Amino acid sequence: MSALLTLSGVHTHIGRYHILQGVDFAVPEGATTMLLGRNGAGKTTTLRTIMGLWRASAGSIRLGDRTIERDATPDISRAGLAYVPETMAVFSDLTVRENLVLAARDAALDDTRLNWIFGFFPALKKFWLSRAGTLSGGQKQMLSIARAMVEPRRLLLIDEPTKGLAPAIVGALVECLMEIRRAGTTVLLVEQNFRVAQAVGEHVCIMDNGRIVHAGTMADFAADEQLQQKLLGLSLDTHQ
Amino acid sequence: MTAIESGAALPKQRTDFLPALLPIALALAALPFVGSPSTWITLTVAGLSMGMMIFIMASGLTLVFGLMDVLNFGHGAFIAVGAYMAALVLAPLAAWTQTDSLWSGLAALIPAAIVAMGVSAALSIAFERFLIRPVYGQHLKQILVTMGGLIVAEQLLYALFGPQLIALPLPTALRGSILFGDAAVEKYRLLAVIVGLVIFATLLTVLMRTKIGLLIRAGVENREMVEALGYRIKQLFIGVFMAGSALAGLGGVMWALYREQVHASMGGELTVLIFIVIIIGGLGSVTGCFIGAILVALVANYAGFLVPKLALVSDIMLMVAVLLWRPRGLFPVTSR
Amino acid sequence: MMVLSGDRPRSRILSVILIAIFVALAFAPFLFPGSKPLNVAAKICIFALLVASYDLLLGFTGIVSFAHTMFFGIGSYGVALAIFNYGPTWSMIALGIIIALPLAALLALAIGLFSLRVQAIFFSMVTLAVASAFAVLASQLSWLTGGEDGRSFQVPPVLRPGNRLFEGEIFGVAFNGRVVSYYLVFIACVLLFLLLLRIVNSPFGRVLQAIRENPFRAEALGYRIVVHRTLANVIAALIAAAAGALNAIWLHYTGPETSLSFSIMLDILVMVVIGGMGTMYGAVIGAALYILAQNYLQALMGSVSNAAASAGLPLVPGLFHPDRWLLWLGILFILSVRFFPTGIVGRLRQGATKA
Repeated sequence: MSALLTLSGVHTHIGRYHILQGVDFAVPEGATTMLLGRNGAGKTTTLRTIMGLWRASAGSIRLGDRTIERDATPDISRAGLAYVPETMAVFSDLTVRENLVLAARDAALDDTRLNWIFGFFPALKKFWLSRAGTLSGGQKQMLSIARAMVEPRRLLLIDEPTKGLAPAIVGALVECLMEIRRAGTTVLLVEQNFRVAQAVGEHVCIMDNGRIVHAGTMADFAADEQLQQKLLGLSLDTHQ
Repeated sequence: MTAIESGAALPKQRTDFLPALLPIALALAALPFVGSPSTWITLTVAGLSMGMMIFIMASGLTLVFGLMDVLNFGHGAFIAVGAYMAALVLAPLAAWTQTDSLWSGLAALIPAAIVAMGVSAALSIAFERFLIRPVYGQHLKQILVTMGGLIVAEQLLYALFGPQLIALPLPTALRGSILFGDAAVEKYRLLAVIVGLVIFATLLTVLMRTKIGLLIRAGVENREMVEALGYRIKQLFIGVFMAGSALAGLGGVMWALYREQVHASMGGELTVLIFIVIIIGGLGSVTGCFIGAILVALVANYAGFLVPKLALVSDIMLMVAVLLWRPRGLFPVTSR
Repeated sequence: MMVLSGDRPRSRILSVILIAIFVALAFAPFLFPGSKPLNVAAKICIFALLVASYDLLLGFTGIVSFAHTMFFGIGSYGVALAIFNYGPTWSMIALGIIIALPLAALLALAIGLFSLRVQAIFFSMVTLAVASAFAVLASQLSWLTGGEDGRSFQVPPVLRPGNRLFEGEIFGVAFNGRVVSYYLVFIACVLLFLLLLRIVNSPFGRVLQAIRENPFRAEALGYRIVVHRTLANVIAALIAAAAGALNAIWLHYTGPETSLSFSIMLDILVMVVIGGMGTMYGAVIGAALYILAQNYLQALMGSVSNAAASAGLPLVPGLFHPDRWLLWLGILFILSVRFFPTGIVGRLRQGATKA
């Protein structure tokens, strides 16, 4: 499988803090890659740097055959990246419909696709014309992911989608992520919930202190309990 | 609308009507103090028309702040420039303005307004490029540098047009009042109210029903996310900034005609009032700005009649009262 | 260095300039005879103090307040009204000060507490509104304040121009009331300025700077931002009021134009930015530069304007008309904010460390 996204020696400074200290990894096309690591390892910073929200101070980021580390965020987005931030960032004053209209950019909303989304997240249909600010936390998360799904994208960057959500909703999210994976979309997913990570991820990269300390397949990683203990402090089998 | 939307269940929104009732409540509360209904009508119309003019001037400022986190302390420059441009345009059109024909008078005002708006918008490009963009994100410097811009603009106007007051007579057809029973309502004030309502309706329509409006409303909440969705919002900002400055120019024209005089200091003088209005309304909210402007103007007029010495102070007290009730203004829109 | 509370200029050029200014001011009656130069010198003293008190807010606490002239006015009016109503004695001056200072402190307290309830930009806008209201009140309550015309008054006998402290002259200068007044102003300003230096170099001052740099961190470290900011507000207000009192004593007059107008607030802003925010010394340099320019630049501009007018040039006479001096200062101000954010003092210090 060829790599859709490649990071080479990426450094990011935020103010005085040197967060990313030489990040190297590749996201294979058509598969779901997990980005795991302890809190503060730099996972969110990595996603934001890819999206251009923070500028890399060194290194290169390639999407296909195009280098994007110097590009502006809107251009990176239009190159085919969709971003689902940790904060969800739904527009509270806009309705669910308007949120999706914005996300669809120049295309009109496609019925088939919307039906597909409503299949996972029926609440979005129910609250179609409600202001997004009135949705619950879980429903906002659904909307945030739906925004990334409303049009086909080359790469989805998703940051901790299950954080703080009730188990039932987590289930719906996992179904959705599995479906996205089946559809062949490339995904880079940051996730703290190891069960979700194991279920959804095909490849895994572990980050620590601003660097990648392990990269490989999820199958291999799931089988190696010692490695899990060493890198994450607990094994994938442990209850959350 | 897709097929899905028509079948959707609609949970009722609880729209926030309370602030909209405030001007009505205020006007009714003032009636017993004012005493005579005819005076009350005159004062209320005066307040409404003044409110409309201030709204037109302030709307651009609040949108720009909400959208791009830029507080332009030099906004008054666009007001003053607009007024001077109108004076410039109307001077040779005396033949049109001094007839009794209403259409002729209006026909003269339209080019004046257009030129004023155009020049203000052009000036705003310079402001954005040389003053605001270089210090973007640093509030302190923004405040200082835009204030400097206001000073320089004012002084340039004096240098170009002279320091004296310039008279700007109303077209003859718009002078005088219409009598509603005992109450005298000035014709020009009615025009101001109409123009204000049209602008408010236009702004709301653009904001609520167009894609650009969608982008602006989303951008006010979370600029970063809008960019992450693929929109070059920086260009949108410049457009909004220009539009806001053009509106300030229009407001300047209307105000100058109202006072029948033009002076560069009007920009600075109106700045305080405009700030009070957008604070009361909530930074970033057009509706809040509208209601805030009407409240401020009504208070100024009623207080001006009842306790003349305390007119400006009464607006400050109104602001404090609103802030105690809602610390971020009537309709806080931004997440900041 | 004890006198300067350990806050050294840290640049040879800066030290030289500061010493020069100090000497010029200390011996102004001798070096620059005549009433205008003495006026200029006194104004520099008073404004250096006023701007330094503002620097405590702007430079050290990071608060942009447009209400500072209010405190200046309170001090001014306090002394003026006391003397105007009860006679020109030292006890009346004291009375004026005793009334003005707590009033300024209370107002600063209110504003300071209010600032915590709202965010920064809000706060700046509100102070603008409040200052305008205050100025309007001062000119409207004419029964109390004398309205637009302000209050003129006599000063205690030893300060009156006609009075001689002693017969004879020192270095050709008669020690009349004017000179005595000047030294009163000068010494008071120097002492209060040194007090400010002491404050900003104390642990309190360092905490202020920490809060300005990173409020969250400071709070996490246990410093109560509320307390520190409010205290800074109050101190700045008290010193501004003191400067106002001195201003009234020097001018024998107080009025909205000389103590409350927005143009004074602008002057302060320009002085502190050009001199250098957060340095205290910047206030001295900024004030000296600005006031000298204000008084002597205009004459220069006048001659340029006249020359251009007689040469028949189109725009130039208008641009260089002496009344337009604020245009050039405004441009300098903008350039200063953009390109010399650390002001003259910052620039000089930078140069010193590079060397």
